[in-house]
Parts: sequence; C-alpha cells; structure tokens
Amino acid sequence: MGRPVQFNVHKKPLETPYTITEAPAGHTGQGFFATKLDDVVGLARKNSIWPLPFATSCCGIEFMALMGAHYDLARFGSERVSFSPRQCDLLMVMGTIAKKMAPIVKQVYLQMAEPRWVLAMGACATSGGVFDTYSVLQGIDQIIPVDVYVPGCPPRPEAVLDGFMRVQDLVGKESLRRRNSERYAELMKEYGIL
Amino acid sequence: MLTNDFIKNKLVEKFGENVSDFSEPYGMLTFSSPKELNLKVLQFLYDNEELKFRFLTDMCAVHYPDNKGKELAVVYHLHNLIDNIRIRYKIFTDISKPDIFSATALYSTANWQERETFDFFGVNFVGHPNLKRIMNADEMDYFPMRKEYPLEDPKRIDKDDEMFGRG
Repeated sequence: MGRPVQFNVHKKPLETPYTITEAPAGHTGQGFFATKLDDVVGLARKNSIWPLPFATSCCGIEFMALMGAHYDLARFGSERVSFSPRQCDLLMVMGTIAKKMAPIVKQVYLQMAEPRWVLAMGACATSGGVFDTYSVLQGIDQIIPVDVYVPGCPPRPEAVLDGFMRVQDLVGKESLRRRNSERYAELMKEYGIL
Repeated sequence: MLTNDFIKNKLVEKFGENVSDFSEPYGMLTFSSPKELNLKVLQFLYDNEELKFRFLTDMCAVHYPDNKGKELAVVYHLHNLIDNIRIRYKIFTDISKPDIFSATALYSTANWQERETFDFFGVNFVGHPNLKRIMNADEMDYFPMRKEYPLEDPKRIDKDDEMFGRG
C-alpha cells in the first residue's frame, strides 16, 4: 500500500534574484555595452578555473570533501578537475612534498600552459609543516612560485574555498600584460624557469 | 632442537676468541665479532648443516658517537626458516674508515639493504655491485642518520629558532 508522501509542497521564493555573476563596470546604451577587455577576460577566466589536484597526503582527503556535494567546488566554476596539466589553470598542491618529489611538482608546473596559478594547501605544502627533516621539501615555494597559501593541518574545506576565492580574485583582477612584464620574467628567472 | 646455547657453542667451537659479547635480550641470541670476519661468520652460519641461517631478515647500522673507534655498528638479523630461530650479529667499525665486506654474494637481499645502510650511514660495503643511494635524493651530500647531523633540514633559514623551541 502506498503511503501519502508529498515533496516540495511549499513554494520557496528566491531571497534575491539569481545571477551567475555581476557585470563589470562599463557603459550601457541602446544595444551595446562597452567595458575593458581586461575585465571581460578576467571575468571569464575566474569563473572557469580548471584545477589540477596534486594530492599527496591527508590534505588530499580534505580536497575530496571539497569536491563533494556538501562543499561543492563546482559552484565556483571548477567542476572540471583535470588530471592533464596542459589544460589546467590552477595547480593545487596538497600534502607533504618530499625532496625526491620536488622535480615532479616542478615538471607538472612547467607542463601547464600560461596563464597558470598555484595554490599551496596545508602546512606541509606551504612550509614543510611538522616534517622539518632532511627528506622533506620545506615549502613548495622553494621550487615554484605560489599565489595563495591556505594554512591548516589539514585546512577545513571552508578554508580551501576561501583560498580558492582569493585565487579567483587574483585571476579576475590580473592585468592581461602581467605575464609579459619584466617583473614576471624576473620572478620566473628566480625559479630557474624561462 | 636448535637452542641459543647450542648456537653459541657451535660459534665458539669454530671461531674461539673471535666471537664475543654474547647476550640474549628478549630471548634473541646476540653476539659480535671483529669486522674482518663478518663474511666468514655469515658463511659458517649459512653453510653449517645444523645452523642453516639462510635468510637475512634485515640489516641496518647504528651510530654510537661516543664509542671511539667503534662508532658504527652494522647489525645483521638472521633467520633459520626450518627451526624458526632468529639471531642478531653485530660488527663495529671506525667511522673514519667504514669499510665492511659486502654480503651480497651470500644473500641477495643484502643488495638493497646494504645500499640503504650506505645511504643513511655511509657504510662503505666493499665488493657491493652497485653501491649508490637508494632512498634519498641523489644530490644529497651527507649521511642523514649519523648523529653528527641535526635531524632538521640544515639548509633551512626561515624558521625562527626561538619559535620552534631550539633557542
């Protein structure tokens, strides 16, 4: 015998009108909208970041929670987690990187196409963490430039979301000329990357 | 039945004064000999029809910085698979000349284990077919498990000693 169960009987109106994202500042007129190319490209980039997870330990487990339904990184336009560095925008290094692993992290970074960003998640990736020892790399910023550091051991998924939103902020505000600038070339040279 | 006393008597009968320091911590027979005799002792333990220690479970080194002239101990853990008896055999060497004969010809398992011992303690196994680092990065220029090196990364500059309890 079927039971009288009903779902979604009460209408829930949206509290605020649903928009995907705010339009950048510009001039609107009859049939046109004028703005800066930087802003449009930034808007497109920041809402479609493809992350490349480089997960080596417990931070990787926390990242799985981040990708799951509850925290849902897909809300930020990043449901497409790619394991091919060529197509990715954001390298997420999560976990202890041993010194023997360092060349591999660097290789993955080099294989990514510009523009590329790096997020270091957790104490180990940012500083070596508790593993202050001969075999562990004391922070991935010794081998590749890092844009955002997320502290914690391991960080809560909310913290990573916050870090991710900071990456989005950087991506959205980045000048289109930055990667061709002399300062950027110097930064890359510091890390031995041409 | 193979007992510790029986093994001890066999060894003393064969090597006399050269095997010494017999003890039985937790029931496991432990002894040592001069380092030049290590292959002879291992070969005897391997070949003897009553002893038959034909499996090298583990080998490692220990650094005793205060033990002048005998700073490095190399420890062999041997197993008789038939009678299920284990023994421990130690040899000591000077750290300034850590040359030890390699046991690779006798035990194939000694190959990687000697490489590991070389990697961490710098014991030079004479006669090893491929004595190079196995665990650590090839560029490493020291032997990290020796007690003369700090456990922390010595090249690190950004950690404030006071904040990390080593002020």
